[in-house]
Amino acid sequence: MSTPRIDVSIENKREEVDTQDDKGHPNTCPACGSHYRDDELERHLRVCPHCGHHFPVRALERIAQLADDGTFVEEDGDLRSADPLGFYDLKPYRERLADAERATGLSDAMVIGGARIEGSACRLAVMDFAFMGGSMGSVVGEKFVRACEGAAGAGVPLVSVAASGGARMQEGILSLMQLPKTVCAVEELHESGSALLSVMTHPTTGGLLASFASLGDVLLAEPGALMSFAGPRVVQQTTREKLPDDFGRAEQNLRFGHIDAIVPRAELRPTLGRLLRLFAHAG
Amino acid sequence: MSPDADPGLRERLSKLAGVTLRRDTRLSAEMERLQQQLDRLKEEATDEEIWNRVLLARHQDRPYTLDYVERIFGDFFELHGDRGRLDDAAVVTGIGSLGGRTVALIGQQKAREIQERVKRNFGMAYPEGYRKAVRVMELADRHGFPLLTLVDTPGAYPGVAAEQHGQGGAIARSQAAMVRLGVPTVTVVIGEGGSGGAVAIALADKVLMQENAMYSVISPEGCAAILWRDAEQAPKAAAAFKPDAAHCLELGVIDGIVPEPVGGAQEDPDLAAQLLGEAVEGALAELDRILPDALKRARRAKFRSMGVLA
Repeated sequence: MSTPRIDVSIENKREEVDTQDDKGHPNTCPACGSHYRDDELERHLRVCPHCGHHFPVRALERIAQLADDGTFVEEDGDLRSADPLGFYDLKPYRERLADAERATGLSDAMVIGGARIEGSACRLAVMDFAFMGGSMGSVVGEKFVRACEGAAGAGVPLVSVAASGGARMQEGILSLMQLPKTVCAVEELHESGSALLSVMTHPTTGGLLASFASLGDVLLAEPGALMSFAGPRVVQQTTREKLPDDFGRAEQNLRFGHIDAIVPRAELRPTLGRLLRLFAHAG
Repeated sequence: MSPDADPGLRERLSKLAGVTLRRDTRLSAEMERLQQQLDRLKEEATDEEIWNRVLLARHQDRPYTLDYVERIFGDFFELHGDRGRLDDAAVVTGIGSLGGRTVALIGQQKAREIQERVKRNFGMAYPEGYRKAVRVMELADRHGFPLLTLVDTPGAYPGVAAEQHGQGGAIARSQAAMVRLGVPTVTVVIGEGGSGGAVAIALADKVLMQENAMYSVISPEGCAAILWRDAEQAPKAAAAFKPDAAHCLELGVIDGIVPEPVGGAQEDPDLAAQLLGEAVEGALAELDRILPDALKRARRAKFRSMGVLA
């Protein structure tokens, strides 16, 4: 048999990212080497004041950046994943889940709820890369669907903020099924007349890009965000092609017509505010 | 499989029996054999058995989409091109006669000869392939043709141009197009159901798998490279994420299993095609006379329910 064995994974790339990022302190800018105290970074929305590099933002901090003070009400915060396959690699999946919960204080990689942005009511579905690489398993899929249903029921738009390596392979084929599941939910949201505003942050790859994140009425990305279906390493190994410097980045995606705008973090809240007002005044 | 999973499996098996028992007694013998195989798998399900199914799913003599099309369709007319940029040969589309009516087909195509394999890109579609699929889905919907999709791909092509042309978005929009269809849709995974590249054309009313097909979120090699840091551990990875048909049925991901000739579809392509054709016609018959809105509702409800929460 000579069919090439190609890793066309949409899986969580957490392990890879961990090993690559081992060198730097999380508050040291990987682009220019500047180092910051945590409160300094937080005050600058976790954007390097020196070079503009966008650091990752945890889900609750992102919500605090975007939502009007005191308006966010979390929903379904206690949904937890089962272990349908009894999955065990070097560590049991249950143990990985417990570790992630302990490390992040979250029950899984997405936080949903209702909020206002610059006065406009909306629902939020915000991902957290720190929880198992933001990988999408049954809980992320279910929460996203509930956020869509909540938005449709209230007749308000849904704002999603993606940060994910892709599907959670510890849930096997059920994690792949979260793609069609979330796609169905977006279609129903659209049929109800509500908008989906999709924000893609670093990274939004694999199964996320191949499902709801790409189906927003408006697609926004943060500067430099990696947004590719296959990761750069996979593409390099498969094709032996020399990758362009901005391979899969937000800038390339804008140039090729796949997103509407690149929005620096400081402008994200006013941009969403504007869009929410525009979508609120249909017919 | 855990013993408490039994009721679900039995229920689905009986549903499957309903699909294929229609008017053909030989098939009921196949069902019996399948039931025995599932029982056996449930008892043993060794790592080796799962790996053997992966090898069969990838067997180079296994019938591919066009091998089935020429055997089960009459008067098949192939449709080419995405109406935008090019014709992706990794995705075959067309309309033809099946069971006395016109049915639209979308299938991923592998090949055996080296030149042909390159032309088919080893069954790995570019975004253009998914856009071609979407236009044929819309054609089917306009004219009330039921849609059959045959899944057989290691995955969507991971290349620079594929990314530049919007691979992720194309896969998302192909699924979204299937959510909107008001015609009956049937998917059969006939070989490798590789990840997003497979599910792009598999959001169907009835999703079936051939007995020795696989359906997975990642290739066993890819999973092993990441979790075990060693691609050689692929059999171990496959045993952990269980891409075989029986497990997919147990997890509620597919609606039925299509039996294959003893030893695998490659042993008797004609019989494999006959069994496939009968299963497809059976599934389409079940979906007959269901109104478009009811079809859409049930399809969405099915995918809505997928996943397991604590």
